[in-house]
Amino acid sequence: MKLIFERGKEGQGSALLPECDVPEFHLDVPKREKELHLPHVSENELSRHYTELAKQVHGVNDGFYPLGSCTMKYNPKVNEEAASLAGFKKIHPLQPVHTVQGCLEVLKRAEELLCEITGMDSMTMQPAAGAHGEFTGLLLIKAYHDSRKDTKRTKIIVPDSAHGTNPASAAMCGFEVVSVPSGEDGCVDLEKLREAAGEDTAGLMLTNPNTVGLFDKNILEITSVIHEAGGLVYYDGANLNAVMGVVRPGDMGFDVVHLNLHKTFSTPHGGGGPGSGPVGCKAFLKEFLPGYQEIRTEKGLSFVKPEHSTGDVKAFYGNFLVVVKALAYILTLGKEGIPEAAKNAVLNANYMMEKLKDIYPMAYQETCMHEFVMSLEKMKHDIDVSAMDIAKSLLDYGIHPPTMYFPLIVHEALMIEPTETESRQTLDEVIGVFREIYEKAQANPQEMHEAPVGTYVRRLDEVRAARKPVLRYRFEQK
Amino acid sequence: MKHPEELRYSRSHEWVKKLEDGTVVIGLTDYAQDALGDLVFVNLPEEGDEVMAGEAFADVESVKAVSDVFSPVTGTVAEVNEALLDAPEMMNEDPYEAWLIRVENVTDEEELLDASAYIEFYESEEA
Repeated sequence: MKLIFERGKEGQGSALLPECDVPEFHLDVPKREKELHLPHVSENELSRHYTELAKQVHGVNDGFYPLGSCTMKYNPKVNEEAASLAGFKKIHPLQPVHTVQGCLEVLKRAEELLCEITGMDSMTMQPAAGAHGEFTGLLLIKAYHDSRKDTKRTKIIVPDSAHGTNPASAAMCGFEVVSVPSGEDGCVDLEKLREAAGEDTAGLMLTNPNTVGLFDKNILEITSVIHEAGGLVYYDGANLNAVMGVVRPGDMGFDVVHLNLHKTFSTPHGGGGPGSGPVGCKAFLKEFLPGYQEIRTEKGLSFVKPEHSTGDVKAFYGNFLVVVKALAYILTLGKEGIPEAAKNAVLNANYMMEKLKDIYPMAYQETCMHEFVMSLEKMKHDIDVSAMDIAKSLLDYGIHPPTMYFPLIVHEALMIEPTETESRQTLDEVIGVFREIYEKAQANPQEMHEAPVGTYVRRLDEVRAARKPVLRYRFEQK
Repeated sequence: MKHPEELRYSRSHEWVKKLEDGTVVIGLTDYAQDALGDLVFVNLPEEGDEVMAGEAFADVESVKAVSDVFSPVTGTVAEVNEALLDAPEMMNEDPYEAWLIRVENVTDEEELLDASAYIEFYESEEA
């Protein structure tokens, strides 16, 4: 398709603003030497540009989107309705707090409810998304050890099945990363964890359910091994959807938690979201939180900075409107609805797994949580059809591919997370598609390398995209 | 897949070639490059860096994932194959020509496998 700069022509534009009736005033400041490159398009050209872009993507509104570990659930429109109220939208971060009491109430209520769900005592809404939350949470852990002059704790333990962001966040925070292997059952190898934990351990980062979709039954022992060694335990909230309202990270022994509102709490995910990655902590870490805490005073709600704050990680109050949407979601579902959503997410994943496991070998045989991992290693070996081929083939059926080649500990992995918002009818259709693709692959393995054949673009050259990326538009020199 | 007889192999899928001057050349095995898929980036250490047997000294990125490359020996990096930085695909095209580093002052090495033992090892891992 044409880029926006290739549409329209010079002189064209949108007459959205009336002519300025205020005298021009020139500031005595350095001016740019060249005109800005702005697109010259009329309003309808602009509108068509975005519509064309929208036609090329696949979102939850287009079809099934089982991207494992990403919780691509449907986002109810009522959330958007709430977030578009003028009192939330047409405000300024610096306006006097007595004029935005409703907004502070949203932040406070969201904090209280999310703390209730996670078993934490306090929370910051500042981080913009998951990895940002990880970084923020690790800053808390660092600040805690530093405050005790316990400076020998330089290592963060991360299981080998962790999301790549975990070791990256730890490294960004100046920690050394120690990887512990998973056992045969996909869970943390307790013996290896005991060996790794010691007086240089700052903390452990963990998701539970873990990255292969299993609930680590040794979780209480895992968190106590780290606590006994003097470290803290960090909960990566990526997989909270499986257990929200059922068990709480705080009760499992975690000290710090990040949430992905754009996964678990039904705010838009991907395409710029924006995301939101609140970080919750136990009371003893509260003094280190970044940003502002809302406190109730006689005159209403007010902001305070935590006493030994690690400093802001984003301007003001984070992505506030995302918090509004998440709060709308939590209040819509309520105390019964939240655990029911989690249970349905688990039920949907197990239903799909059961209906597919006779032809698609599963990496782990146990009952799964909200997602499951299949391994196509045998298919790759027998008929040279890879996880990539199957994933690409799904595109021809209007289905977004699952997460591929992750977690790394499973070869030829496809990781499927249907979420609770899909009906049984949709699941049955998708199961039918998976079975049909399997039959096709057996009959004509060669053809699978061609998929997708019916999409806007065919199979992309990922190698060239990585080696020679074209990331900017080059304007004609005048 | 080729796994030359004259080389030695680690369980973390590096090949090792011992030169007459006592230095050691390390690269990725054919099996490793095939499993990783098309390589698009490589991070290499610098000359003079210390490497430790069993510890990562480099990482390689394919379209699938980023993976650490582990050193089968302890020693000092004498030479780095910087040509790989601009052309990581050389590790796919000819893994035994596309060496990563040469190590000198080798003081320790992990238990290495010969070609047939290595093939047996990765086949048993796959099973």
